[in-house]
Amino acid sequence: MTANAISVRDVEVRLGGATVLSDISFDIRESSFVAIIGPNGAGKSTLLKALLGLVDTSRGTITIDGIAPRDIPAAWAGYVPQVKALDRDFPALAIELVATGPHARWPWRLGAEARAHALEALELAGAKHIADRPAGRLSGGELQRVYLARAFSREPKFILLDEPAAGLDVAGEADMYHIIESYQRKHRATVMMITHDWDGARIHASDVLLLNRTNIGFGPPDTVLNDQTLLQVFGHKGHTHPKTEGTRHD
Amino acid sequence: MIEALALPFMRRALEAGLLVGAVASYLGVFVVQRGLGFFGDGLAHAAFGGVALGILLGAEPLWVAIPFTLAAALMIVWVRDRTALKYDTAIGVSFAVSMALGIIFLSLRQEYSRDALTYLFGSILAVTPADLWITRALAAASLCMLPLWGRWAYATVDPELARADRLPTRRDDYILAAAIAITVVIAVKVVGMVLVAAFLVIPPAAARLLTRRFATMTLLSVVIGAISVLAGLILSYQCDLPSGPTIILVQAAFFAAGVTFRR
Repeated sequence: MTANAISVRDVEVRLGGATVLSDISFDIRESSFVAIIGPNGAGKSTLLKALLGLVDTSRGTITIDGIAPRDIPAAWAGYVPQVKALDRDFPALAIELVATGPHARWPWRLGAEARAHALEALELAGAKHIADRPAGRLSGGELQRVYLARAFSREPKFILLDEPAAGLDVAGEADMYHIIESYQRKHRATVMMITHDWDGARIHASDVLLLNRTNIGFGPPDTVLNDQTLLQVFGHKGHTHPKTEGTRHD
Repeated sequence: MIEALALPFMRRALEAGLLVGAVASYLGVFVVQRGLGFFGDGLAHAAFGGVALGILLGAEPLWVAIPFTLAAALMIVWVRDRTALKYDTAIGVSFAVSMALGIIFLSLRQEYSRDALTYLFGSILAVTPADLWITRALAAASLCMLPLWGRWAYATVDPELARADRLPTRRDDYILAAAIAITVVIAVKVVGMVLVAAFLVIPPAAARLLTRRFATMTLLSVVIGAISVLAGLILSYQCDLPSGPTIILVQAAFFAAGVTFRR
């Protein structure tokens, strides 16, 4: 039996006096791929931030490999934020952004070793060719790859992604899943991804966490994403994509 | 100009101007990239309140203005940190309160004060030996803070990633604000309250236009800041113009060059 990598018990998070999350409990096994699904304002990003130790829980406990989020080594987590959060006016080259992954500092200059390491990570993310481009001029898809490379460059045990598919076309999205899954297989990493793409979740995720300020369901996609739960969370049952449904992408 | 350097007050003016110009241009890269251009103006007004209190108390204005402005800067960061208000709102409040206090302090002192005018418009040629020592201390402290550049830059580009990496971004914000506050007070003596924000904004903005890397921007900003002081002082001496505004116009020439040759 595989050990639980992340354990969340009766968690409540309050922000600015309002309860954003309550009664959240689930266990994530090592090297699983969890899709976090829920409507806008469901607390998905807040949950990710609680796992990163960026927001405090007001009740309950979160442990990552048995350790509280704030106490885990920062390098364990490869966080891929929403690309729209990047300050595009900042004078940065793509490779400099990647180098913040292992060093947690903005680089004054990149030594040969640091540059080679960052290029390796960019290659994994299929973005080696844009290494020396200004980050502010990259498209959303290109920037997404740079952030993925940044996460890979620290060889994390956990990858946490906040809507990585936003703004990607169909080919870009398929490519992104492929890149993440390749890394996951090689490093036996645990992946948690916020997504609005139910189909992608059905195909790629080993588990789905359906969230709407509280835990609506957690388990294999086919069990959790049923008409009843989707109706409960979104008010409708969604739509299907018969050509892709049920096939496991590899 | 060479013969002018034989005069002690000119040597003091040059050294103080170069040091404060370089430090302000260094800190200014964070001011500009964090969108805090208004911070310099707000702190300049706080410095005015402090200077006015110093004049009222009959103390050396700089000694009162430094803690006064430091308190205003830390208060601004605290309000931003602990409430839902943004920086510009917190600065706006501090700006007005400091100015109101300054005017009241000055009105309480019956006789006319030439000191107040010196601080309003600056007078680099009135830099005293004590001012120069404070400026040297500021430059030395800034050198000691150089290792924080990588952290400050990382938190500037993405504060959330920096926090996720356990960097003490909150403490760093206070340190940066304190450094900017002290720099502003000293620069007020040199260029005056009305123009001091330019020292924090124009050289970094010109540098930003000319480069695609933050490290290069930082170096270029310091070089532009220092050269502007040197060229501005020479020009003001040769053409008999006020020194502070001449320095600012030289900075503006670099900015115009940046707009023309931007990358």
